[in-house]
Amino acid sequence: MEGKNQIVFPAETLELVAKIMKRYPEGKHKSALLPILHLAQAKWSWCSPEVMDYVASLLNISPVEVYEVASFYTMFHLEPVGEHVIEYCRTGPCCLMGGVEVYDHLKKRLGIETGETTADGKFTIKEVECLAACGWGPVFQIREKYHMHLTTEKVDQIIDELSK
Amino acid sequence: MKILTEHIDVPQIETLAVYKKNGGYKAVEKALKKMTPDEVTEEVKKSGLRGRGGAGFPMGMKWSFLAKPEGVPRYLVCNADESEPGTFKDHYLMWKSPHTLIEGMIVSSYALGANTSYIYVRGELMYVISILEKAIQEAYDQGLLGKNILGSGYDLDLFVQPGGGAYICGEETALLESLEGKRGNPRNKPPFPAVKGVWQCPTVVNNVESIAATSWIVNNGGDAYAAIGVGRSTGTKLISASGHIKKPGVYEIPLGITVEEFIYSDEWCGGIRDGHKLKAVVAGGSSVPILPADMILTTATGEKRLMTYESLSDGGFVSGTMLGSGGFIVMDETTCIVHNTLTFARFYHHESCGQCSPCREGTGWMDKVIHRIEHGKGRREDIDLLVDVAKKIEGNTICPLGDAAAWPVAAAIRHFRDEFEWHIEHPELATKEGAVYMRPGASWAQ
Repeated sequence: MEGKNQIVFPAETLELVAKIMKRYPEGKHKSALLPILHLAQAKWSWCSPEVMDYVASLLNISPVEVYEVASFYTMFHLEPVGEHVIEYCRTGPCCLMGGVEVYDHLKKRLGIETGETTADGKFTIKEVECLAACGWGPVFQIREKYHMHLTTEKVDQIIDELSK
Repeated sequence: MKILTEHIDVPQIETLAVYKKNGGYKAVEKALKKMTPDEVTEEVKKSGLRGRGGAGFPMGMKWSFLAKPEGVPRYLVCNADESEPGTFKDHYLMWKSPHTLIEGMIVSSYALGANTSYIYVRGELMYVISILEKAIQEAYDQGLLGKNILGSGYDLDLFVQPGGGAYICGEETALLESLEGKRGNPRNKPPFPAVKGVWQCPTVVNNVESIAATSWIVNNGGDAYAAIGVGRSTGTKLISASGHIKKPGVYEIPLGITVEEFIYSDEWCGGIRDGHKLKAVVAGGSSVPILPADMILTTATGEKRLMTYESLSDGGFVSGTMLGSGGFIVMDETTCIVHNTLTFARFYHHESCGQCSPCREGTGWMDKVIHRIEHGKGRREDIDLLVDVAKKIEGNTICPLGDAAAWPVAAAIRHFRDEFEWHIEHPELATKEGAVYMRPGASWAQ
């Protein structure tokens, strides 16, 4: 296990992990699982079995305890994803605001369907449920950023920007 | 009358300095130095404040159920897992004014005797988590959190916990499971969280908006809060307004204004978008019954419907709905009710945790059946099948997700059965792009 593929957090992240584990009472550090999975996904872009095993070792819990959690929550990618994961809201209020047309445009523009990744590995599209931004819809999220009041023009601008 | 959002548009209100300059953290000063925890609880009881997450349970009463065995820590957990379609008020409040929540957390934790509290925020709102964490750090730096807060002898640590993307974690026992690092499967009750909550310790779980309101109640008294509103609907409520209105957004309303005023007044939604007519409203988040225009504006007895818990539910599920979370979704005549119901059915199917068979299987059935109706493959018996499936889910699950999934489908059929029938009988028309059924003689029809 050497070289760049080795799954280990850098020292500063490990410090943060130790700090997060102290948020909970003695012996209840399994509570740190979700925060640490988020850190892991931010670093390695998806939760591969190796990444999940590493998280299990950090928390001193069995790997299956990580798998069952990662597979329950929709934010964790259990398959490789592109550099930019576009997660669009498909629920009622965003559809009322013209979401379907906007998302169709997004798929056409990138030439992929929901759940797919572009050939260059740059973009993945996922559909998600309500993002709690209904009054500002249609909405999609790329990493932490919410893109609101989407129109086909705005989608083009965002894709242009990220394609640079 | 603004209680939570009075200063929300003040530049840099997200900083402690500006928040304080606008009267912030006075409630912490008052509660911790001049009041006992029981006195704070008493004011919250007097206020009549009801849980703003959707259930509407009296908050002071919920607090009074908290078990207080010697030597066992108690916890306050803020439910910021806001995920009910149509609802985005907590998102707005935390994003714009994080200290409003933090101040409420300190006051409420003090009342409950909790020395460690958590704000469980849906994981998608990672940017809001950053805002909250920054604000919490400021509060620690100013001695408003940590040991011996403002010299009062009271200690409180406050942490933010991210979720992972699961609507079910808004259900309080699922949230606690999630906080323990597990799948968000709801627990059987009893025991209630007030007795055995997170890590089997007594725990209170309250919504963001409810907790945020406690600071004002401490500052002004429970009676002053109860003086706002109508009857048992006291105080103000954040309404998330979305859909076909001129001004979507979050509005803080005094409970008791009419629905008509809320939709049409320029102070609130500003009316239906130009050239269109009101067709239907989902008044309290996707799980509450949809009502056609006439029924949302007027009760069955001909009274103007009010924005209160009681008035919105007047008429039961025959002609009424619920205030719920205040997720107010407005639809004009261009809306296909079948499609909208499909997105809700798909939502609940996706979000069912899978623990109880009626919900796990039933939500899948409803999604599938409405999907085929929407796509021109419906069968005549499908409508009654949907009603039957909804009935068999309702009341037969550990948590309320089952009801939440059943109600919107049942209500859509109750009030828009003709639209479902039209889809089944005229698939060639219904599947045309942009085609929408027009009920003959309806107020929204041309």
